[in-house]
Amino acid sequence: MSHSELATAPTPAPPSVWHMYRAMVGVGVFCGLLIVSVFQVTLPLIERNKAEALQKAIFQVLPNASTSTTFSFDVDGGFKLLEGDDVGQPLVYAGYDDAEQLVGLAVEAQGMGYQDVIALIYGYSFAEQAIIGIQVLESKETPGLGDKIETDPDFLENFQSLDVSVRGDGSALANSVVPVKHGEKTEPWEVDGITGATISSVAIANLLDRSAQYWVPRIRNNLRNFQGED
Amino acid sequence: MASSKSSTDEFIKGLWNENPVFVQVLGMCPVLAVSNTAMNALAMGLATAFVLIMSNIVVSSLRSFIPKQVRIATYFLIIATFVTVVDYVIQAVSLDLYKALGAFISLIVVNCLLLGRAEAFASKNTIARSTMDGLGMGIGFAFALFCLGAVREILGNGSLFGASLFHDSFENWVVMILPSGGFFTLAGWLLLFNWLKQRRAKREATTALGLRKEVA
Repeated sequence: MSHSELATAPTPAPPSVWHMYRAMVGVGVFCGLLIVSVFQVTLPLIERNKAEALQKAIFQVLPNASTSTTFSFDVDGGFKLLEGDDVGQPLVYAGYDDAEQLVGLAVEAQGMGYQDVIALIYGYSFAEQAIIGIQVLESKETPGLGDKIETDPDFLENFQSLDVSVRGDGSALANSVVPVKHGEKTEPWEVDGITGATISSVAIANLLDRSAQYWVPRIRNNLRNFQGED
Repeated sequence: MASSKSSTDEFIKGLWNENPVFVQVLGMCPVLAVSNTAMNALAMGLATAFVLIMSNIVVSSLRSFIPKQVRIATYFLIIATFVTVVDYVIQAVSLDLYKALGAFISLIVVNCLLLGRAEAFASKNTIARSTMDGLGMGIGFAFALFCLGAVREILGNGSLFGASLFHDSFENWVVMILPSGGFFTLAGWLLLFNWLKQRRAKREATTALGLRKEVA
């Protein structure tokens, strides 16, 4: 085979650059439009689902409440009734019973779990000075093991009355919330862990402790904000 | 008539003879990771099936429009789009299901089954045949995931679809829910499928031998 023969051997014509651009950009535009329209259609549904889940969670952690009001917290000004979309300020949800008496507050908290951040909401009761319920809002814990933080009845029993009473001077919690091994709970501020899901259950105890240390003294010091006596 | 028969064949082959999990051993990441309960496995399988069918349809309808040099990037773009669509739709349908499937929905993008079918089948066949192929492969994948999920949930948690099957006397075999349980269960199913295949091959060989003897 001579040189000239090699050079003239037919090679498939390379597609023009225009064809490649046409395919990539065309498909890109089509895909972009599809995603945007699906997003637009599903957005109100997703937001409604999330709001419903939050409302359901508030009344689950504050079983005696029949209505709830959202408050935003300002470090200087205390708690204020949420007006419009006060983005950026931390929010708490006050629950009132049928006689419009304040029964407790639902507070969102999050912390690092085993796989990813765990977000939950807990109910704080003024009368009992305790956490009276938790509801996990978001978690990617190992299915079948770590996700027992949401289903294990023994573990959830911890949060029917978890002591978070404040010290006499109102500056901090009297006792930190501490995780203990399964079956070794003796004090009302201890959290009985789950065998096989140690990291996830300890994470819950720690994130509750961190959040309660911050919120409970502030809530108690600004109690009148929630009772309409500004 | 002939073409309708052949597209039925395209459908059937994905269910059994070329089952993506048990025969082709493709897309092992979600197979091992999300098959710890029957419900998760089925939801994951159906989500993958939907993306597979849609991407097969789009790839085969654009097969003359996409130059060879940019085909892989284009296929990924199409697959990723449908995965995003599924992600939003699941969030809109049920937040609980979305929470259960977690990160694995987005990981459908890198399931090699999808790229494999786009490259090996949809880019060379008509829309009708590609749809049947996607349907068969997708349902085959969902079926395989369900087989794994059911076994793992029954042995590891003593339940199926969350309903308890045994009384308290059953000691849960926790390892089946853990990642290693996925490998054990998959190995069991592969063993079964290979045994069936070998048995069939042997039977075909003996019938062929018998025929040859008769002729002689």
